[in-house]
Amino acid sequence: MRWRYFKQNVFFLMVRGSALCIALAIGAFLLYIFYHGVGVISWSFLTEPPRDSMTKGGIMPAILGTFYLTLGAISVALPLGILSAVYLNEYAKQGPAVRIIRIGVNCLAGVPSIVFGLFGLGLFVVYLHFGSSIASGALTLGFLILPTIIGASEEALKGVPSTFREASLALGVSKWHTILRIVLPNALPGILTGSILGIGRAAGETAPIMFTAAAFFTPLLPRSIFDQVMALPYHVYVLATAGTRIEETRPIQYGTIVVLVALVLGIDLIAIFIRSWIRKKKRW
Amino acid sequence: MDNDIIIQTRNVNFYYGSFRALTDVTMSFEKNRVTALIGPSGCGKSTLLRLLNRMNDLIDGTTVEGEILFEGRNIYDANVDPVEIRKRIGMVFQKPNPFPKSIFNNIVYGPRLAGTQNKRELESLVEKSLKQASLWEEAKDILGQSAMALSGGQQQRLCIARALAMKPDVLLMDEPTSALDPISTAKIEELIDELKKQYTIIIVTHNMQQAARVSDYTGFFYLGKLIEFNPTEKLFTNPDEKQTEDYITGRFG
Repeated sequence: MRWRYFKQNVFFLMVRGSALCIALAIGAFLLYIFYHGVGVISWSFLTEPPRDSMTKGGIMPAILGTFYLTLGAISVALPLGILSAVYLNEYAKQGPAVRIIRIGVNCLAGVPSIVFGLFGLGLFVVYLHFGSSIASGALTLGFLILPTIIGASEEALKGVPSTFREASLALGVSKWHTILRIVLPNALPGILTGSILGIGRAAGETAPIMFTAAAFFTPLLPRSIFDQVMALPYHVYVLATAGTRIEETRPIQYGTIVVLVALVLGIDLIAIFIRSWIRKKKRW
Repeated sequence: MDNDIIIQTRNVNFYYGSFRALTDVTMSFEKNRVTALIGPSGCGKSTLLRLLNRMNDLIDGTTVEGEILFEGRNIYDANVDPVEIRKRIGMVFQKPNPFPKSIFNNIVYGPRLAGTQNKRELESLVEKSLKQASLWEEAKDILGQSAMALSGGQQQRLCIARALAMKPDVLLMDEPTSALDPISTAKIEELIDELKKQYTIIIVTHNMQQAARVSDYTGFFYLGKLIEFNPTEKLFTNPDEKQTEDYITGRFG
């Protein structure tokens, strides 16, 4: 008997230990970043362009660039993703064709992001002549997060009880109206939560934008979606690898990372809040 | 006699994939009467009910053979729109399934999409439907509140009101009281008695006492076949078939 309790305790210890390891790793990472970076953050750091070979000044163009790219990515991926999920979950006859599409979506989710970058370079930058621009970058990021959004939307649609659909259809309401008035409104919170996580991913990726959108340095703000922009993740990459005065830019690197991490974590937090707010509201 | 028939099934076979769920069902449902469908689980009674408003269309891999005539027209004809059929033939489900909307919006949901936009018209429709479903007294002051906050019995009466708001001719009820307590059940049964003056009601029930109490005609199903279809009183007191007698006396099922 005692032996059994001993085994149980050992097991619990392992479980607790694993959870603790993860918490410690994340905590240490955040602490390290913020310790080095927070001192750099100031109003002028957030609102001014870089100066003196990027060793001084701020990162405003990069913040703005990331904002545009993310906004563009989500406005491409959200409608496309929701519509695909509605098709897969509500309209399509479940069979080999749908299974192949699903496998395709899952494969897309597993493709390394640099491959998306090269794909974007080939299709948008070169073939469609968009050049290295917000348009190319946003479309590439959009495709990158598409599987996330399709997956989240499908889960959310599956979460709507089939009794709601039956009730609506039995009232002589068409399938289209049933989806529009009953299914989508009830799935929307879940769709949005998943999509926000997608936004976080889009904001943080470097590889897909380095060939398609991001500028090494441009003090000018974009005037159209066919202009290049700076972006936070790429800015960090550039400062840390490509500059001639890497050591001098170290504080700015940390500062940029703090802004990027805060942005992504902030977006994730919003998603978590929305989810818990909806769970409280939902009662079926 | 034929004038009073509103729905008629003729030699209906129904398959889920290759499984035959109904075999050669031919029966007639009289207008403004309550017809009960009884039988053990899996006998096909709910399947038949869901055929009458084409709800089985929603299940992939099903096949219907034979004819189901609604006012003389086969509802499985290629040019019939199931949406139109379901407007005329309402349905109440086993588990109360109100939408997560207010009581008011639950009721006006169908009529609004069917084209009624006038606010006053919708308001009087809500009142009338709730009165018909004897929920008005309980609900009139809380029309703006979520239907999810109602009790199970109230939710089921709301679902009846919601179906009635479409002004159907026929009301299909699929074990409408099996998820309810005895008092709510009694209320729904009273309601059925009241509603049959205006509507044709077809009710599937597990509860033989309920069939005996509320219905004018009863059909007994076993293994996908209609074994006996007779006036309720005859079926329960002097059935024609041995199998019916065995079932209603509790020897099987």
